[in-house]
This record gives sequence, structure tokens and C-alpha cells, in this order.
Amino acid sequence: MRHQVSLRIGPVGFRVGSAWRAPVAALAALYAGYPAPEDGIADFTVRLEPTRPWRRWTRPSIAIRGDFELPDAAPMALAHGLLAAEMGMNLQMALGQRFWLLLHAATVEKDGRALILTGESGAGKSTLAALLGERGWRLMGDEFALLDPASGRLHAFPRAISLKNGAIDVMAAEVDAARFGPLLEGTPKGAIRHLRPNAEAIRRMDEPARPALLLFPRFGQAAAARAVGQAETFMRLTQASTNYVALGRAGFDALTRLVATPAAAIDYPDTATALDLVEALWTGASEWRAAA
Amino acid sequence: MAAPRYIAEPAETLAVARLDGLCALFHEPSGATHIVAPPAPEILDALREGAADAATLLERLAARFEVEDEAGADAIAARLAELEAAGLVRRA
Amino acid sequence: MSALRLLVRALRDPESLGAPDWQALITAARAEQLLGSLAFRLESRRVPARVAQILAAARRDADHRRTRALWEAEMARRALAPLGIPVILLKGTAFHAANLEAARGRSVGDLDILVPRESIAAAEEALIGAGWERVKPADGYDDLYYRRWMHELPPLIHRERDRMIDVHHTILPPTARPTPDAAALVADSVALASGLRVLCPADMVIHAAAHLFADGDLAGGLRNLWDIDRLLRQFDSPGFRAVLAERAGRHQLRGAVAHALRLAARLYGSPVDPNLAGRWRPSDRLFEARLLARNGWGQARRPLLRFAFYVRSHWLRMPPLMLARHLWVKATR
Repeated sequence: MRHQVSLRIGPVGFRVGSAWRAPVAALAALYAGYPAPEDGIADFTVRLEPTRPWRRWTRPSIAIRGDFELPDAAPMALAHGLLAAEMGMNLQMALGQRFWLLLHAATVEKDGRALILTGESGAGKSTLAALLGERGWRLMGDEFALLDPASGRLHAFPRAISLKNGAIDVMAAEVDAARFGPLLEGTPKGAIRHLRPNAEAIRRMDEPARPALLLFPRFGQAAAARAVGQAETFMRLTQASTNYVALGRAGFDALTRLVATPAAAIDYPDTATALDLVEALWTGASEWRAAA
Repeated sequence: MAAPRYIAEPAETLAVARLDGLCALFHEPSGATHIVAPPAPEILDALREGAADAATLLERLAARFEVEDEAGADAIAARLAELEAAGLVRRA
Repeated sequence: MSALRLLVRALRDPESLGAPDWQALITAARAEQLLGSLAFRLESRRVPARVAQILAAARRDADHRRTRALWEAEMARRALAPLGIPVILLKGTAFHAANLEAARGRSVGDLDILVPRESIAAAEEALIGAGWERVKPADGYDDLYYRRWMHELPPLIHRERDRMIDVHHTILPPTARPTPDAAALVADSVALASGLRVLCPADMVIHAAAHLFADGDLAGGLRNLWDIDRLLRQFDSPGFRAVLAERAGRHQLRGAVAHALRLAARLYGSPVDPNLAGRWRPSDRLFEARLLARNGWGQARRPLLRFAFYVRSHWLRMPPLMLARHLWVKATR
């Protein structure tokens, strides 16, 4: 492939090839300083290719291909090449990851313990995790949580955080402008901007953490919190995992072990309230542990 | 026509985790996970005494637990059909 | 060395690999659905740490897929048992069910079974009663097309398990020119402990050869030939060679079998009967090139060559008049 970049994010290595220079250059800039894949061998390959040979030059149109592909995926404009590369990496994980149990979740860490925010898209998990990452927590990831089925520990996967529409402004007020990727407008999900994790998150990406609290956040409701039982947690987590079934018995053992972690559903009307709820529940969870 | 008799998958094919009042079952031969509520786990257990139809099972369960027997056999038959569709029991 | 030549060499003779381009090898193997097979072939070789992890995950994944494939077969068995008909597993599921060498690391997609033609309607009814359903709703033309001219039912998918089953009554479309002896496929099938059946070894080789040439444009050909290589190595003997030649003739697939044997011998060094395979000829080089047309990024190469084979595959599948009518109906729908 004409242009390529390889990078390691936590324990997973990617190589991204592209028929155009721009997407690879944008990806390399966003992930500057990230390590290379171990042994120089990527776990997954992503290819950004023209949908038809002539679409390399005429109204350039990107097909997202690689080790794993979605047959009817809509092509993307070259202007959104960075997004195509990110989507390509997501797709490899979602369809092809077989070593780590994947949860669709944002995770942050403090004192070696992990807070897992999981649930439906649009609940604001990425934004909450990004904010926590600037307030004394270490960001482990905003899209995928990687659970080691053998040890039960979570491993960090600090990708660039994908912020949409209003969330972009929220974070722009919090962090240095240099940490943002380009503004991508007119994507299927509106305006998107990628935020690079901070230096600490990148530096400590190889440090795992023990799950300590599971939260199911829901945006747009009056502040509330309720404990969630183990059976309900188990069911929600299987729904939040793209590869639970593929991991077989190891997946079952990993999740049944994980549901021993305290879990709560929280509703929040705004991010300030959410952050307060999170801190309160985290302190509470520490107390439960200390008392146990 | 005689009511169908069923056999349960052997206990060693299932990994069981009790979560609150429910049971998560991992069935090794299929790789499938099932979350079942009582009396499904008790039915599987009672079936392991030997192949049985719904009425016989009802007797075995009554011998072990308090069971309401009004719609008992029909309810058991419905549970058995669900367990059969899930592959956890099959026709004898 | 091209990525697929490297893959072929790695499968054929894993010890001979020095310090290859592991990235290209793994990516190409994945693209050809041969990563599982490769992972088992390399199981006892020393490899870089990253490669070891990737291959270990591939072996575990292959084992898991095997489990699910065999379970699908078992559930089909339970649904069809009351009919008392022979149910013959085909392709990857058959290899796994019979624990053949060809099963090691073999990926499996849908469940393919063969039943006698006269039982096919009853089989469909039984499967639907047990939770399978039509993938597409019944449609006049498509249904007719399938039932009269294809060798299988329209595909069924299981409601809860979300897995497909293809029920065949012979191994090639009745409209294609070679007409295999479906009754012989059934009569000489081999029973397994479970009551399910598989084709006899010679018929397995013949089926793989037919599938390789008559069914498609050679996509997946390297995997198909690897199946054939593993089968030949497991069953080769003077007796087997005689049976293979005789049955290839009986199924009118001598040409396809000979061609497959030449390619398997050429690529994988398979033990073949030279009398049946015949001599390597110039046109075989085009097939070999088509099979190896993929690079270390997983991209298909040689577009003109691939297009030529694509056209060929459609031309082969139907007599011209039927093809014209089929395309007309599809276009005007």
C-alpha cells in the first residue's frame, strides 16, 4: 500500500494502509509518540482503498477494508479519512478480537482500580471519561474495555476519544488545543473531533487495573442512582460485549467473575452532576470494600 | 398419544453461576450461555434421575419442593419445550 | 516471495520457514481463511512472541468454531431424527465430525448437509418445525429457481442461534453438465457414532474438487486445495487411488478431480495418482496464478485474471439460454 502507519495501543498493534497520504498523516499526527507494535507485527490490518479504481482521484471515495470488513459499509469521503481509519480500527476489534474480552465501555483508573462506564451509545460515556481523565483519573479507554479472561484485570486501550457535536466544546474548554485532531464536519453523526489522551494516559498504557465499580450511566434524567443486581449486570454486560460468545467458556468465567464488582445505574441531567455522582459512588464503593 | 419424555444434558456439560435468584448456565457442547429462572434449574436436576415426561417430573419436583399443582403439569411442559429449544434437554 | 507462495510453503513445510515476513504471512492466511490451519501447522515451531500470541488466539478461536459447528450438526440431527432418513454432513463440518486431519484448524461457516432428493421437502418441514426459518420470504421466481435448477433448498437460518443451514440433494446443480450420482453419494456414505453420516473419503475429495471448479471463480481455492491435500495424505493407498478413479468417473467429475490433483500436487506436494491426475499443462499455470493472486496486505491482485475467472464461473454454472433468462428476470425485477 502506498502509505502506511503502524501503532500500538495498549496490548493491540495496528497497521493502517491507505491509497491516499492524508488519512495516514492525520493518524500519525494524532497518535504521535505512541509505541510501535510489539516485534513490529500488527495484530490487525486496516486498508483504506478506493471503492473503484478511478475513485482514487475522481470524487475520492474510501472503502474501509482490512482483516475484517462489513460488506455493505457506506464509503467515506476523503475529507473524513481520519474517521475512516478510526472506524477501521474499531471494526477490527469488534469483529476480530479473540484474546481480550471486549466491553463497549469507557474506563478510568485510580490507585490501581478501574471504574467502568458502560451502556448504550449516546449516554455520554466518552465525554465523562475524558473529563475524569483531566481530574485526577487516568484514562484507560473510551470505546473498548479489554478484560483479561485469565486474570480478570482490565488492560488500557487509550485510543483518541471521538467527541461529537456539543461534547467538542465541552472538552475544548478543558484541554490544550494541540491535543485535538482536525474538525470533521458533515459526517453521518454530525461534527466529530478526536481528542488525544493526555501524556499520563499514554505513558501508562501498559498498566492494568482491577475492576472496582461498574456504572450504567443514562443522560437526560434527574440525578438518581440505584444498585444493580448481579443477574441484571451479567445480562447488560453480555449485551455490551461484541465477542463474549466467541470466547466460549473463558468469556463465561470472566463475566461471572466480573459481576462480583459493585454495580449501579445512574441518571444525570448534566455532566457536573454526573461527575459528582461518580465521585460519591466511587468513595462509597471503597467503603464497601474496606468494610468487607 | 403418550406425552414426550425428555433427557437432560449431563451435569458435567454445564458450568453454573448463581446470580441473585437466577442461574447463568454455560453449556459446553454448544458454547451457548443461558440465563434461567426457577424452576428450570430444578427441572434439569430432577430429569437427571432418569428420562421423564412432564407429569412424572411434576411428581419428582413435588417430592423435593413445595409446588403449586394447579397448572403444574402444563407449566412444566412449557418449560421443557423451552429447554428443548435451547438444546438443554432432548427427547428420549 | 509472494505472500501466498509463502503461505503455501508454510503450510506444506513449516520447518522450512526461516525468518519469513510474519506480518504478510498472517494477513494473507487470514484473507484465505487459513489462519487456523496455519496456526496448528506452526504449533511446535519457535516464533516471535507476538506471532505466538496471534497464533494461540487463532487456535482457540478455531476450537470454539469447531464446537459451535458440531453443535449445529447435532441440533439438525435432533430435528431430522424422527424422519429416519440419512443425513450426510458436508465440507468442514464433516471433517470435524469425523475427526479427520483436514479438520485441524479448519474454519467452518454454515452447516451443509445432503439428504436424498425424495426426502428434501420433509427435511425442510422438520427443520422449520424446530426453529429454522427462510432467510428470504418465499418468492415465486427465486423459489422455482432453487427447487428446479439448484441442488439445494433456499437457505434456512435458525431463529435463535442465528446460524444458517444449506440442505442439498446432490453436490452440483442439476443444470450443470457433470451429473454426479447422488444415490451413490448416499449409498456409500459412512455412519458416525452420532448417527450422522459423512461422504466416503473418495467422495469427499471429489466433492472438494467439484466445489473448487464448478461452483465459483476459485475464491477460497487455496483452502479448498488444502482440504484435498489433507484428505489425500490421510487416505492415500493403492486401494484408495483405485476407488477415487472409479468414483470420479461415476460422478462424471474425472476432469475436475484430475485438475484438482494436479494443482494440489503442484502447490502442496500432495500424493496423487499420476494416471488420474495427468500431466501438468500450460492452462494449469493460469489457475495457479489465480489461486496465488493476493499480496501481504490481504489485497486481491491480478484484476484481469480474476475477472476472466469470474466470467468463466457464471458461464459454467448455467447453460447460456437459462443464464440469459435468469439475468433478464433479475434485471427486470
